[in-house]
Amino acid sequence: MLHIRKRAIAIFFVIIIGFPWIAEHIPAITHYPDVMVFAGIYSLITIGLSLLLGYTGQISLCQAAFYGIGAYVSGILTARYGLNSWLCMAIGMIFSGLVALLVGPASLKLRGHYLAMATMAFGIIVSVILNQEVDLTGGPDGMTGIPMLSLFGFEFDTTEKYYYLVWAFVFAAFIFSVNVVQSGTGRALRAIHSSEAAASAMGINVLRFKVIVFIYGAMLASLAGSLFAHYLNFVNPSTFDVSFSIKLIIMITLGGMYELWGAIIGAGLITFLSYEWLHFFEEFEIVVYGAILLLVTIFLPKGLVGIPGIIKRWFRS
Amino acid sequence: MEELTLTGELLQYLITGLTVGSIYAMVAVGFSIIYNVTEVINFAQGEFVMLGGLAMVSFHTAAGLPLIIAFPATVLLVTLVGILLDRLAIRPIKQPSVLTLIIATLAFSFLLKGAAMLIWGKDPFDLPALSGRNPIQFFGAVIQPQYFWVMGFLVLVAISLTIFFGKTILGKAMSACADNPDAASLVGINVKLMFSLSFALSASIGAIAGIIVTPITFMEYDRGAELAIKAFGAAMLGGLGSFPGAIIGGLILGSIESFGSGLISSAYKDAFALIVILGVLFFKPSGLLGNVEISKMKRF
Repeated sequence: MLHIRKRAIAIFFVIIIGFPWIAEHIPAITHYPDVMVFAGIYSLITIGLSLLLGYTGQISLCQAAFYGIGAYVSGILTARYGLNSWLCMAIGMIFSGLVALLVGPASLKLRGHYLAMATMAFGIIVSVILNQEVDLTGGPDGMTGIPMLSLFGFEFDTTEKYYYLVWAFVFAAFIFSVNVVQSGTGRALRAIHSSEAAASAMGINVLRFKVIVFIYGAMLASLAGSLFAHYLNFVNPSTFDVSFSIKLIIMITLGGMYELWGAIIGAGLITFLSYEWLHFFEEFEIVVYGAILLLVTIFLPKGLVGIPGIIKRWFRS
Repeated sequence: MEELTLTGELLQYLITGLTVGSIYAMVAVGFSIIYNVTEVINFAQGEFVMLGGLAMVSFHTAAGLPLIIAFPATVLLVTLVGILLDRLAIRPIKQPSVLTLIIATLAFSFLLKGAAMLIWGKDPFDLPALSGRNPIQFFGAVIQPQYFWVMGFLVLVAISLTIFFGKTILGKAMSACADNPDAASLVGINVKLMFSLSFALSASIGAIAGIIVTPITFMEYDRGAELAIKAFGAAMLGGLGSFPGAIIGGLILGSIESFGSGLISSAYKDAFALIVILGVLFFKPSGLLGNVEISKMKRF
């Protein structure tokens, strides 16, 4: 689990780069790069969540709130005040980080169900604020007029350009996170997961590490929110409610939360399921999610990335 | 005269709050029963309420069964669903942890919600109130008779549970599982049966809550999640696992919502209760009546 899979990362890199070109030549999937933009945006959030939940063992049901904060900071500052988009993105990340620093220490002292409740409560409060502060956020109708991203005159105005931008961020976040996992910090996080008492006996400042990971996850979610806002040029609060936080949990459960790969695979699969493959079920897609989730929890506790391990063990015995 | 209407208004908020709070309390008690016996937080708890309301609509309004038959039939049906939850979602999990159990109950709640949408559609349904809809004037407050039924049923549930857990062998056996499942199985208690029973018991309480709240608020397929979140909060507020805590937590939560939306801002109705819950969690994580030791022991 811990050695750097350089080859896997390289193959993945090539696939991601080549994908828009392949999709272009297959009629049925020409619009897949558009779906992949969302998959990338969600991957940014699930990578942070994987570190927090899979590696450190701390549940968070408020990632959607940080996602929303990022989207709205970008949206409000660019559409209302005309500030530079990249600056707003950075402001959003810093602001989300500060909010996480404010909520984190008190929440992360709690464990298990209590942490789930506290983070869920915070998530709902943020979503209520987004809905009700109509003067600032536009309320339930959402806000429009968020500009496209551009860098030194280069406009990210096509799906393909945006695709490469988003996945560049995903790669940066992925590689940074892989390095974190393999560093002393990563060992400290896993130690906290196995036993907080033992970890703190080894001199690990348990709360500090938890808060750091929480802030990191919040900043990634905020970045994802900004990218989302600039891609759609429109945001509305229902995107960022607690049910999305739960959907994120579904993503990493399906992909496998104990490996960073799982975060990307889960985000990708669920995005394609909900944007493309489950259209047939319409509103009943929730039943499919329920069934997937139940089957994965029972039969694949390590998610889809656990399958190779199961096959290997099966062959050996 | 001015003052009288103010007291009337406050009384109105209090009674509305206590009524809504009674429903939260019943769902929260259901949480506590399952949590105490199995340590599972059942996020499908709200779906029991939804199923109770909608099944009653089918039995009573659609099929025309008299109340005396439709009521127990509904409770029985939802109880069976509760047992199914234990059998299909909880028991097959090989390495249960807090997280996988939360996810399993969430998954089951999705299935129930989808099934309800398939069976009853998306429209809200009404039920006839148990003793009519003629409001009672009381010190300037206007009270629906159904409110008393709701509060009455909460009292009934509380008394029955106190007797069940305090006086009957079965109830004591369940409490023993809550204390220490290994020791309980050593003295010959069928722990798995007790687990199923705890799901059955809290499903039946949820069904009752659903049946009696539907005449006031209507019921539709997607009401479960909100109720589950609120009642989870109520259980936390009172102290997870404590019965009096769950009831007091529910009543407080309902009152905060009612007073908050009446006196401050109805837009932030959902936020008030959660801010209070956050405050309690941050400063007294064990809840108002909870046990500090227990809150520290639980972990992933």
